[in-house]
Amino acid sequence: MWFRKDKTPREPRDPKTSASLGEGLFRKCEACRETLYAKEVERNRQVCPKCGFHFRLSADERVRLLLDDDSAVHLFGDVRPGDPLKFKDSKRYRDRLREYEGKAGRPDAVVAAEGTIEGMPVVLAVLDYAFMGGSMGSVVGEVLTRSAERAVTRKSPLVIVTASGGARMQEGILSLMQMAKVSAALARLGEARLPFVCILTDPTTGGVTASFAMQGDVTLAEPKALIGFAGPRVIEQTIRQTLPEGFQRSEFLLEHGFVDAVVPRPQLKQTLATVLRLLAP
Amino acid sequence: MAAETQFEQPIQRLRTRLDELRGYPDSPAKRREVQKLEQKLGRLSREIYGNLSPWQKTLVARHPARPFTLDYVRLLLRDFVELHGDRAFSDDPAIVAGFGFLGERPVAVIGHQKGRDTKEKIRRNFGMPRPEGYRKALRVLKLAEKFGRPVLTFIDTPGAYPGLDSEERGVSEAIARNLYEMARLRTPIVATVTGEGGSGGALGIGVADAVLMLEHSVYSVISPEGCAAILWKDQARAREAAEAMRITAADCKALGVIDVVIPEPAGGAHADPVAAIDAVGKAIGAALARLDALPVDALLAARYEKFRAMGIWEGASAGR
Ligand SMILES: [Zn+2]
Repeated sequence: MWFRKDKTPREPRDPKTSASLGEGLFRKCEACRETLYAKEVERNRQVCPKCGFHFRLSADERVRLLLDDDSAVHLFGDVRPGDPLKFKDSKRYRDRLREYEGKAGRPDAVVAAEGTIEGMPVVLAVLDYAFMGGSMGSVVGEVLTRSAERAVTRKSPLVIVTASGGARMQEGILSLMQMAKVSAALARLGEARLPFVCILTDPTTGGVTASFAMQGDVTLAEPKALIGFAGPRVIEQTIRQTLPEGFQRSEFLLEHGFVDAVVPRPQLKQTLATVLRLLAP
Repeated sequence: MAAETQFEQPIQRLRTRLDELRGYPDSPAKRREVQKLEQKLGRLSREIYGNLSPWQKTLVARHPARPFTLDYVRLLLRDFVELHGDRAFSDDPAIVAGFGFLGERPVAVIGHQKGRDTKEKIRRNFGMPRPEGYRKALRVLKLAEKFGRPVLTFIDTPGAYPGLDSEERGVSEAIARNLYEMARLRTPIVATVTGEGGSGGALGIGVADAVLMLEHSVYSVISPEGCAAILWKDQARAREAAEAMRITAADCKALGVIDVVIPEPAGGAHADPVAAIDAVGKAIGAALARLDALPVDALLAARYEKFRAMGIWEGASAGR
């Protein structure tokens, strides 16, 4: 097994070493430790050609991966985070947000766009793990809700790609309520008989898993993504034993009946398009 | 526990003295002294409980003598029939569910259930449900919809159980499904946070037309200990986390997350459970009366808008 068994969940990577930039001629696979041609990894949709390890994609790369070329129109970029609790830990939440915005070039952890997938119009929303661990606060909740509502007005399917540590602590109870808010919007989408396909990527945990990530009409997952409610560390502390290998990974969820298919990234768009064609109005 | 609720000690000392005094033979002097101490106890309770910090409220919300769901059921409902099992895997004692009469009216009840003694605590898993608890809740929600009964939920959990079996059987999916189904359930739902409103495990039975909260209960996205462990790598800073997260009933009301704060008796719900339960019963009755006035489509539209409006962000609201 390639994945690490250490107990610390992987931190969001420094953008400098992240797969998204791919500067330099070579890069090392985090799983098999092979030295790879950066260009080859990029051509292979950020998947290790030697072992199949899926590097994390940035939200922008994800949009490019799934939507047809030049079809994306970005939505709801004007929704910006506030600081409802005046939250401060080692840093003020407001300052933290500003820093992330500087690095990510977007105000919060979500990107929404309208576009086509193999010619079919869809609304797509992607969580950005590089932005505060993809955590869901008021902005993520609002943008996902608007995305679902937009899909209803456009009579188009909705696709959400998750990558998130869960609800954002810095917005307290308001973050928790986003779970209910988004769920309600998805329930309306369902009542309009429009398909909602959720794609789970590494990692998807906490309040995101316990809401829209598990509400898809069809749920796809990338190989070996960590998907769970509680993080592995919390579970190990609770049960006081180490977790079995592969626990809370995509394949585990497939086996236990919580995802429909584990789809390697190079086949993801095609599989998604097929599912949409089979279900969309 | 004693160390955790130090702020209660002056009240406890006074209570002990009062109890001792009451044991003495009757005399005018004794009666005067008892009256004096009772007044002092009242003053002290109001003073201490009127100024609880968020962390102290967390401790009160977790108080072992605080009324639990089945206490509300016993005092507020007649002919309660508890229903067991999710029809898929097992019965989860951390959530109780059933039907009973509230006054003349049949209602569904769903609530987290903690235990009083060690054995019961373990059997109830400290009020931390596994997936089957949420699936039992969903079964009863659907029954309530089918038979046109309003639903009362009582929220009091540290959170859904973060265990291996819980994950294996899809606790996330179970909670997620409840959020989805409660958003569109065609019958009134009144949720009351009576103790700990712990994260997704609380919300899993918390999507409602009216959300009430007892004065000293708390509702939060993560426990103060969990928040402190993540932000400061130090659980001991839970006190600060409790402050920072704005978890009290008054905070939740100010943030637009709940509708009504139900005042507790001086000294907290555990000091006078009957009065506390009665106050909750009255608040639920009032909420139901408001909701009864709405046709079901209007009820659902209002429920949607209620949660739709939650969250605080900046920027234009154009494009909605
Ligand atoms: Zn590799």
